[in-house]
Amino acid sequence: MEKINIIIDDKQVAVEPGTTVLHAARLIGIKIPTLCYMKLDDLNFENKPGGCRICVVEIEGRRNLAPACKTECTAGMKVKTNTIRVINSRRTVLELILSNHPAECLICAKSGDCELQSLAHKLGIREIHYQGEKSKFKGDKSPSIIREMEKCVMCRRCETACNEVQTVGVLSAINRGFNSVVAPAFEMDFDKTTCTYCGQCVAVCPTGALTERDLTWRVIEALVNPEKTVVVQTAPAVRAALGEAFGMEPGTLVTGKMTAALRKLGFNYVFDTDFAADLTIMEEGTEILDRLSKFLKGDKDVKLPILTSCCPGWVNFLEHNFPELKDVPSTAKSPQQMFGAIAKSYFADKLGIKREDMIVVSVMPCLAKKYESMRPEFSVNGDPDVNISISTRELAQLIRNANIDFNSLPDEDFDSPLGASTGAAVIFGTTGGVIEAAVRSAYELFTKKQLPKLDFEELRGLEGIRQATIDFDGTPINIGIAHGLGNARKLLDDLKAGKCSFHAIEIMACPGGCIGGGGQPYHHGNVEILRKRQSALYIEDKNKPLRKSHENPFIVQLYDEFLGKPLEHKAHELLHTHYFDKKKKIIIE
Amino acid sequence: MTEIKLSECNVEKIKELCKKFNNDSGELINVLHGAQEVFGYLPAEVQELIAEELKVSVAHVYGVVSFYSFFSMLPKGKFPISICMGTACYVRGAEKVVDEFKQMLNIKVGDTTPDGKFSLSCLRCVGACGLAPVVTIGDKVYGRVSASEVKKIIAEY
Repeated sequence: MEKINIIIDDKQVAVEPGTTVLHAARLIGIKIPTLCYMKLDDLNFENKPGGCRICVVEIEGRRNLAPACKTECTAGMKVKTNTIRVINSRRTVLELILSNHPAECLICAKSGDCELQSLAHKLGIREIHYQGEKSKFKGDKSPSIIREMEKCVMCRRCETACNEVQTVGVLSAINRGFNSVVAPAFEMDFDKTTCTYCGQCVAVCPTGALTERDLTWRVIEALVNPEKTVVVQTAPAVRAALGEAFGMEPGTLVTGKMTAALRKLGFNYVFDTDFAADLTIMEEGTEILDRLSKFLKGDKDVKLPILTSCCPGWVNFLEHNFPELKDVPSTAKSPQQMFGAIAKSYFADKLGIKREDMIVVSVMPCLAKKYESMRPEFSVNGDPDVNISISTRELAQLIRNANIDFNSLPDEDFDSPLGASTGAAVIFGTTGGVIEAAVRSAYELFTKKQLPKLDFEELRGLEGIRQATIDFDGTPINIGIAHGLGNARKLLDDLKAGKCSFHAIEIMACPGGCIGGGGQPYHHGNVEILRKRQSALYIEDKNKPLRKSHENPFIVQLYDEFLGKPLEHKAHELLHTHYFDKKKKIIIE
Repeated sequence: MTEIKLSECNVEKIKELCKKFNNDSGELINVLHGAQEVFGYLPAEVQELIAEELKVSVAHVYGVVSFYSFFSMLPKGKFPISICMGTACYVRGAEKVVDEFKQMLNIKVGDTTPDGKFSLSCLRCVGACGLAPVVTIGDKVYGRVSASEVKKIIAEY
């Protein structure tokens, strides 16, 4: 279709029909300020309720100012984005929003990373001319997410994330006028709802209304307790994002600095969740092969496709929405929980200490991991395998708090033995990575041949649902991948309807996988950051001397010394779990 | 596991109601009106079942119920009292009438008396401005009500 010419601030721009003024302006480098608006390209996320009115512009011939995010360009349109009328209007709107916002910036969890705060800074607000009653809402402290809705500006981004992207449907705008707020049905706490704790609402919240449950102080208490041996594990996606919290370019790998910082913080052993990711592949890969060979021998009862089970947000989603499939996912625990189980058995034995005297801290890109670590099935006599799970953001906070100059730290290595890992484990942090790691090992164990090439480009990318067929030396293996729970739902619905068939499916709850997790440094709507984190992980994989989980010598040693064989007695007891039916039931009385 | 408890006949009533509107999520408001007519109010369990039948989230249903003042999550009294607070009734003293009802029944607007006999609510314009201020109790309409008449009206029930 023919392009439309419009003029914005005296600059001409030609745009496709249907383009909004906001996007047309961005094409020529004019950034109209926004608050509620957010678009994540390729991730099925666009929030434009047109509610905040921060993005208003003046359009020649129109009486009223128009919201740039909602106004489509028409031929010959003349737009001004910075007239005195526009500037005054923007300031008034912001002052009105701020007049019903707690002035607690100094002690707010979002301070320094808050979009409302930076907007106030950008517009130079020095006084709020409107005073009146302030809203009061019920708070909520769930295992993973804290809601302080007095800080809500009704941008509705969390609703879009929860309902449209994730199709979890926990959040809605409720009440009206001054009392309106975003909340679960009947203002229930998250732990009474079908919330998966994926944390995508937190990831997009512009203010401090939605934040993680901050456990940094519990970590400090553990570190200063002389009677405890404190062990830390770090998930793969953390090293690709932590640098952003210290002003580094997105996609900077900080594995060595992160290790050094953790040692400086006083952890007795700095280990890697990647080790447990290799272990996951041993168990999950063996399980895939086991089910696959049974299937190929004609066993009709075998549960295929096998679904991955590393992602706790996805596991929560399955338990709430697809309980009929609860026997289908791999029974392998997630790497976080495998690590905890091994640290508190094998490694505690090695040190000659009781498991109760060891504290396992995990650093995760994820908020659902907090909830996962608290699941009762992952503790022994009340002692959890993973005591404290913190996010990438919380680790950054600990480092700042301890006055560590992160950027000038030397690179250090993880401790042995639970710190060694292969490239296969590193890519667990991105969509497509878990299944690629599984394929690398499953192929070699199944065909008894070496893989000619380790990079499976067909499994990579950021498309929401991907499928590929991998040739296992004459046996075609169909793989499905979904990231974002909405895509997972679509794939599972298609599967149930018989529209597709797979041998194995990888599902990650967050868009992009763990690189886009709810506990990562805020992306503020820039999807490019996720892409850079993703390529960082593939680079780290490429640079590893070993890139297949079953070749990790410390994993081999662990099985020889302690576990026996994958899926067998001890491995089964320590490394596998089961899932529950948590769907709402209608009881007829 | 969350449980929603409902009697079998109520489950049937709600399912039938939703079916009448082809289980179309666009008909949510009509379904809610129907359900409130049947039950007198919209308890959480009813909203849960409607959400399930119309395949929308219960948060969405609650969002609609909590937005419109016509919908109530509290059981109405046997004799629901509504006082019009539309412009005409308001300027002719509806507020004093509301205050009198509140005091006589010792409840707030939106509440029901402990014995379940009366509930008190305000509404906007019943289209009988000539009779302002207007009070309705059930289907009965009282016109040109003054605060001093409130006691007498309550005594009728």
